[in-house]
Amino acid sequence: MREKLLTHTGRSAVLLLDNVDTDQIIPSREMKRVDRKGLGEGLFAGWRYADAGARVEDPEFVLNRQEQTGTTILIAGKNFGCGSSREHAAWALNEYGIRVIVAESFGEIFHGNCIRNGILPITLSAEDIATLASVTAPADLTVDLVAQTVTCADLPGWQRNFEISGFAKKLLMEGLDPIALTLTANDEIESFFKKDAVQRPWVYSAA
Amino acid sequence: MARTLFDKLWQTHRVCDSEGGADLLAIDRLLLHERTGGVALKSLAENGYTVRDPSRVIAIMDHIVSFKRGRGRDDARSPGGETFITETREMAKAAGIHLIDTDSRDQGIVHVTAPEKGFVLPGFSIVCPDSHTCSLGALGALAWGIGSSEAEHVMATGVLRATKPPQMRVHVDGTLPEGCSAKDIALYMISKYGADGGQRCAIEFSGPAVEALSVEGRLTLCNMAVEFAAFSAVIAPDDKVLDYVRPRVSDAVSLDQALAHWRTLKTDADAKFDHEITLDAAEISPQISWGTSPEESCAVNDLVPDHASAKALSYMGLQAAQAISGLPVDGAFIGSCTNGRLSDLQTAARILKGRRIASGVRAVCVPGSQAVRREAEALGIDKIFIAAGFEWGEPGCAMCFYAGGETFPPQSRVVSSTNRNFEGRQGPGVRTHITNPAVVAASAVAGRICAPSDLPARSKELVG
Ligand code: SF4
Repeated sequence: MREKLLTHTGRSAVLLLDNVDTDQIIPSREMKRVDRKGLGEGLFAGWRYADAGARVEDPEFVLNRQEQTGTTILIAGKNFGCGSSREHAAWALNEYGIRVIVAESFGEIFHGNCIRNGILPITLSAEDIATLASVTAPADLTVDLVAQTVTCADLPGWQRNFEISGFAKKLLMEGLDPIALTLTANDEIESFFKKDAVQRPWVYSAA
Repeated sequence: MARTLFDKLWQTHRVCDSEGGADLLAIDRLLLHERTGGVALKSLAENGYTVRDPSRVIAIMDHIVSFKRGRGRDDARSPGGETFITETREMAKAAGIHLIDTDSRDQGIVHVTAPEKGFVLPGFSIVCPDSHTCSLGALGALAWGIGSSEAEHVMATGVLRATKPPQMRVHVDGTLPEGCSAKDIALYMISKYGADGGQRCAIEFSGPAVEALSVEGRLTLCNMAVEFAAFSAVIAPDDKVLDYVRPRVSDAVSLDQALAHWRTLKTDADAKFDHEITLDAAEISPQISWGTSPEESCAVNDLVPDHASAKALSYMGLQAAQAISGLPVDGAFIGSCTNGRLSDLQTAARILKGRRIASGVRAVCVPGSQAVRREAEALGIDKIFIAAGFEWGEPGCAMCFYAGGETFPPQSRVVSSTNRNFEGRQGPGVRTHITNPAVVAASAVAGRICAPSDLPARSKELVG
């Protein structure tokens, strides 16, 4: 079971760049083991450290600023998480403590990886993101997954709804294991394969 | 109702509805590599699941393997990388899946080896925890990149849960000018519509300029679809594709049945797409990236745009409105799942024959697979590269991405036949310009970025 996510209130950090790719989120050289763990330290390593090898932090990078301590929400631009499919990006964000990412759009594979790892990706308009980013940082946001709303303590009266698929919502809210959930349809799967083997026999001869 | 090719592929694999408007889709083949597949195999075992049908799962070593000639079985190109190779090998053996090891004669980059070996056929659903899996749609397959957890899900269940994406048709009219390739169509499209331009759609490439592409060219075009934020890419299989796959079908018994099915794999005349884009191939010239996203590309003879982002310019060591052509280069790389196939090497070799790379340039060519390497060597292409001053490497992803270890030095300017020019992609501070293999070869010779047509002519006997 994963940690459930129903509502979340946390500090946000603004990383208002477009096309932040997964190579930036977790550089390849930070993926040192065949493991999902130990990646938080490598998060944004190319930007976060003045010297990544020696782990000397760059004080200019947003997450290193003192007022950003305990950040759990990222506010980003367009196409966040594009590029490589490496799920390590979601694992690194998760281990660092990020629970929600608000962006104008997301890389497709990364979006799914977030949901499977207990991170809620929220898509808002460019205008809404600019509004959030204009708050003299760091803003505290509250995300209500049940009601599908985002509010901001520093913007009284400001509230936005967001879209999320029913399935993603269920996975995040219940912290479910998708494999176990799929296997509840095992009978349908079995009968599909039986029928398909007759219709497309060439698919069933070993590679 | 009129259906698109993608509708048909989706329907064939649809097992049943799932919650929230998603479907369960049967997966015909799962490909794994040591970088993201090993962790999926490990997690599967740790969670107490087994592989439902090991005959559908193929693991190939490509990402971390050394590209040095005469490499050992466990040699990695990055410090500590051996564990990815050895652990993936052990877990693949334990799981009973098909393993293509570092020393196999079939070894290569997963997206290069898969079509060569018939692991992907028209109409297949095929996934891999690697974003460039969209390449394989070039054969008329439903192919897309997934995360490691999803790979684990496929192994345990045989299916994936997916929500059907919106669809886009990219129609490429006209004829590509001489010297232009599939890579140029892709970079032109991405620079014109943006790296987000594919809007998470399933894209179908169509039109005369696409039909004119070879199977290898189609693989290059579909490869770049993920850099356009596409969910997947597909091209309707025609006779070129059927001729390519026919000798690769392992089950000869049902070949006629398969061929009949494959001939139905095309979009119906009245089918509707959510988005349509039309490109004119005649307007395309050889493209090269100047910035740190594939959308930051232009024609080789263009200037860096006035409005270029300061961040990209500073990383690339460039100024707005500066000419790209003529920039001195320090490195050149030919290879990768984008342009590491035989025709790519042949194109570069035609330019390199009888020429030498400029002094001070480090140039590397790594064939995409052992099969490509063997064919190239049989044609003497390796000799042309080596005589020109290139290193000739052992197949794998090689310098397409940095995994730690030896690479081009920081701030060096590198022309590369790969697909990503992200910050740090080829090494810390390395300034990557992605382009087609001909421009890479020509620029390595000139020691500065240039189009092949800008090179001084060779004497007749050298051209051969
Ligand atoms: S060649 Fe490059 S893009 Fe292709 S699979 Fe390997 S690392 Fe990825």
